[in-house]
Amino acid sequence: MLALTFPPINELIRWRDIFPGLNKVGLIALIAAVLGIIIFMTAGTKDPLKAPSGVRNLAESGVTFIENDIVMQTMGRDGLAWTPFLLSIFIFVYLCNVPGIIPFFQMPATARMAIPLFLALVVWVIYNVVGFKHNGLGYIGGMVWPKGVPVFMRPLVGVIEFLSNIILRPFSLAVRLFANMLAGHMLLITFAFLTNALVFAETKKLFLIPLSILPFFMLVFLTAFEVLVGLLQAYIFTILTAVYIDAARHPVH
Amino acid sequence: MEAIARLIADTNPVQTPSEAKAANAAIGAGFAYGLAAIGPGVGIGYVVGKAIEAMARQPEAAGMVRTTMFLGIAFTEALALIGFVVFILLGL
Repeated sequence: MLALTFPPINELIRWRDIFPGLNKVGLIALIAAVLGIIIFMTAGTKDPLKAPSGVRNLAESGVTFIENDIVMQTMGRDGLAWTPFLLSIFIFVYLCNVPGIIPFFQMPATARMAIPLFLALVVWVIYNVVGFKHNGLGYIGGMVWPKGVPVFMRPLVGVIEFLSNIILRPFSLAVRLFANMLAGHMLLITFAFLTNALVFAETKKLFLIPLSILPFFMLVFLTAFEVLVGLLQAYIFTILTAVYIDAARHPVH
Repeated sequence: MEAIARLIADTNPVQTPSEAKAANAAIGAGFAYGLAAIGPGVGIGYVVGKAIEAMARQPEAAGMVRTTMFLGIAFTEALALIGFVVFILLGL
């Protein structure tokens, strides 16, 4: 009766190639990139003097959200030039997260480590380049020998700051997105699997079938929860990118 | 689940070294995630509670507080997520 075996993780998130070099996860990432480009290109061709409607409305609310809720809150007015970059990251991450709950896709592309890791490395390169551009070699200096800290604490704080800036930030940025989406995906799988196991139980006990409504309700609830998580993780990834870039521009706080 | 079934059935009490290793890894994975969730659980609760307090006292600062709250949650949550990754690496 208890012979319920959870499928191994490699069967859950590893997909066969559709054709060599492109599997389902790659296809979802490709669709996310192309869809984002199409939405904003069509929105860009609309007449800006008329009242916005349709796609343009969507694009404008996205830009307003990035400007007001992310850039102005973390970087201030002189960070508004970063809006296009942050908007691209936000839209791409969101469109990669959302297929986790769309029927027939059922897999967030960010639940494989490749895409979060690549995005985190892009962010890492960009904030380090920005740091060197704004502060020159003082960027490294301010990191390992921070001003505004008591002298006897500086070696300790310097080591922590250096490790945090160079290794821990991209690592935690990538792992946060990846682990959140993978956890959500596996929760959905678990409850779908339980529902299935109760309905098609080998023992053919009839009382098991009405019991299957419980994991099914949990599945519906978690699907709604994943809508929120996908948006929230895209928001957090973008806002942390903005914070890291801002910290590299003005390292002394 | 397999481990529970085997425990109940008690069909094969003799373990080979690889089986013993897998069993211990499964136990370790459970502890890894459970222990890693304690601190962030308390921490996120504290962060959100304080943020709600601040928003209730000063509703006009709600936007700024919310942004900072999400930042705080993100940093606190990272520890639990590392525990989750260790759990997957060990257990599944």
